Amino acid sequence: MANKEIIRLDNIRRYFKVGSEEVHALRGVSFTIFEGEFVTIMGTSGSGKSTLLNLLGCLDTPTSGEYYLDGVAVRKMGRNERAMMRNRKIGFVFQSYNLLPKTTAIENVELPLLYNSAVSSKERSRRAMEALEHVGLADRVHHKSNQMSGGQQQRVAIARALVNDPVIILADEATGNLDTRTSYSIIVLFQELYKKGRTIIFVTHNPELSKYSSRNIVLRDGKVIANTQNDDIKSAEEVYKSLPKEED
Amino acid sequence: MNIANLFKIALRALANNKMRCFLTMLGIIIGVGSVITMLAIGQGSKQSIKESISEMGSNMIMIMPGTEERGGVRQSSDNMQTLKPADYKELQDNSSYLKGISPQVNSSGQFINGANNYPSQIYGVSPDYLDIRKLEVDEGSMFTDRDIQSASKVCIVGKTVIDELFPDGTSPVGKVIRFNKIPFTIIGTLKAKGYNSMGQDQDDVVLAPYTTVMKRILAIDYIQGLFCSAISEDQTQDAIDEITELIRKDHKLKTSDDNDFTVRSQEELSSMMSSTSDMMTILLACIAGISLLVGGIGIMNIMYVSVTERTREIGLRMSIGARGKDILAQFLIESTIISITGGIIGVILGCGAAFGVKAILNWPISIQFYSVVLSFVVCTFTGVFFGWYPAKKASNLDPIEALRYE
Ligand SMILES: Nc1ncnc2c1ncn2[C@@H]1O[C@H](COP(=O)(O)OP(=O)(O)OP(=O)(O)O)[C@@H](O)[C@H]1O
Ligand SMILES: [Mg+2]
Repeated sequence: MANKEIIRLDNIRRYFKVGSEEVHALRGVSFTIFEGEFVTIMGTSGSGKSTLLNLLGCLDTPTSGEYYLDGVAVRKMGRNERAMMRNRKIGFVFQSYNLLPKTTAIENVELPLLYNSAVSSKERSRRAMEALEHVGLADRVHHKSNQMSGGQQQRVAIARALVNDPVIILADEATGNLDTRTSYSIIVLFQELYKKGRTIIFVTHNPELSKYSSRNIVLRDGKVIANTQNDDIKSAEEVYKSLPKEED
Repeated sequence: MNIANLFKIALRALANNKMRCFLTMLGIIIGVGSVITMLAIGQGSKQSIKESISEMGSNMIMIMPGTEERGGVRQSSDNMQTLKPADYKELQDNSSYLKGISPQVNSSGQFINGANNYPSQIYGVSPDYLDIRKLEVDEGSMFTDRDIQSASKVCIVGKTVIDELFPDGTSPVGKVIRFNKIPFTIIGTLKAKGYNSMGQDQDDVVLAPYTTVMKRILAIDYIQGLFCSAISEDQTQDAIDEITELIRKDHKLKTSDDNDFTVRSQEELSSMMSSTSDMMTILLACIAGISLLVGGIGIMNIMYVSVTERTREIGLRMSIGARGKDILAQFLIESTIISITGGIIGVILGCGAAFGVKAILNWPISIQFYSVVLSFVVCTFTGVFFGWYPAKKASNLDPIEALRYE
């Protein structure tokens, strides 16, 4: 297993000002994630999972503490550098999908590549198509965001996160809106990526899913209360295959 | 960042939000279009007034009997008989700044040619009148000084009168018509001039020797006015001074006496008329300014209302790797495309509406280059600015803040 450190959090705090009160979403979180790990983050609603993931995705700035991404302190990166990180190294799946409204699936998936001038337009559509096929949406390519079900939108969001072939994939409740079978198909997908050496951080409510990851971090009230290695990673593919296909 | 990609991004964003695009454009179209149309109408009427003034001759000077009118007080008829043919002779002999001089006496009455009759006016003038009023002979010829001396019953006729008296289209030259039972031989016709900007038919005219009108029609020994033309426009004032001096001398007025006649130059008249049309232009400019403002506010509104939606969009784009300058470039391209397209459509519609007004209402128009440029620049700038400004603000946020914006 690779042991290059890719993410290191050092006493990260994130406070929100709400009126005169301060909400302490993260109260000193520290952990390290190595390249090629598949980490699940669990915790009750409001425990700070999304807040943490946003920080990891360079979408937000911590109130205090240091975040090292690939050895570089994110605080010291310029805005453009961080944008570049998000574009080339990080694939982010939002809890609320955040697709562009009135825009087709393929256009949504192509979006990160449009901000990467190294990708030609031919390659762009090829890769977007591929990513959509990967998440099983080959037949919804030209559907607009509002013409798709929640689960389909979620899969578009996943395809968009994968299209840039990122080093780190951050997924916030990526299976929250999917039925069991489709959830497992997504886990299978993530396991494949894991086998290819991608680093995956997967926020979920479902304790079952920790069996398929290599590490499980549990948050409560903005603090890490458990951080356990899982040496016996189950194959999601087997479960997926054992689940009955719904006849339609 | 690849410019082609940015254009692609901007064009997609526009294509996916056609209604918003259209509404923004509408503000610009209305702003630009109305300014152009309004100012075209205002300037058109002003110019046509100017033109008709210069048609009448910019170096024309009128001499009227009676002291200058004060406060609209009617003057006694005595006072209106102060100009005599002798004054005409005096000016003819002694003036050095005048090119042409013609007395004027007119009388209204009925013109009759067989079964056709038409009420109009007969103007008693001298041959110089044609040049002073910029009239031209079409067929036949003008009467001569000999006709004046002999007070011959000849006349030269305008198009409107001809059409009324000779509806079958025969040439009137050589024919005899009657004015108040007095027969006049038509010796010439005038070239048509059409209506002037005041709506007067300039072809509704019959000219005859002033002596004929004085003696045979009106039986008077005074003249009703004198029309002169200065040698050039610059010499108009000198000419006025000279006329005043000559006529005062002729009338044997003492230094303390007021003039018993009035001298007016075309210039005075034209400044009076153009000040009226200036007011109209200002009024129209105000209306145009208001529509520009309304258009601008419309643009602002649409842009502002879409800020929430767009801020979220910006947050999303940044979260997948767009840099601040990519966002700004996209929004600049978008708003420039909208604004310039809207501006061009506005220019086309504005000019179209102006020509429509000309074609349908027959109003004079004059499309002003500056109004096209000004309204185009103002609206385009407003459009681009209000497209760019929210983007500027949003792109300075953390992506997650922009995504949460409400
Ligand atoms: N922008 C914000 N302003 C104020 N408070 C916030 C903000 N974002 C999050 N919080 C607060 O921080 C805490 C953690 O929120 P977070 O979204 O991270 O929870 P979560 O673990 O993702 O929950 P869920 O499982 O329901 O998604 C919550 O109490 C929430 O109210
Ligand atoms: Mg959450």
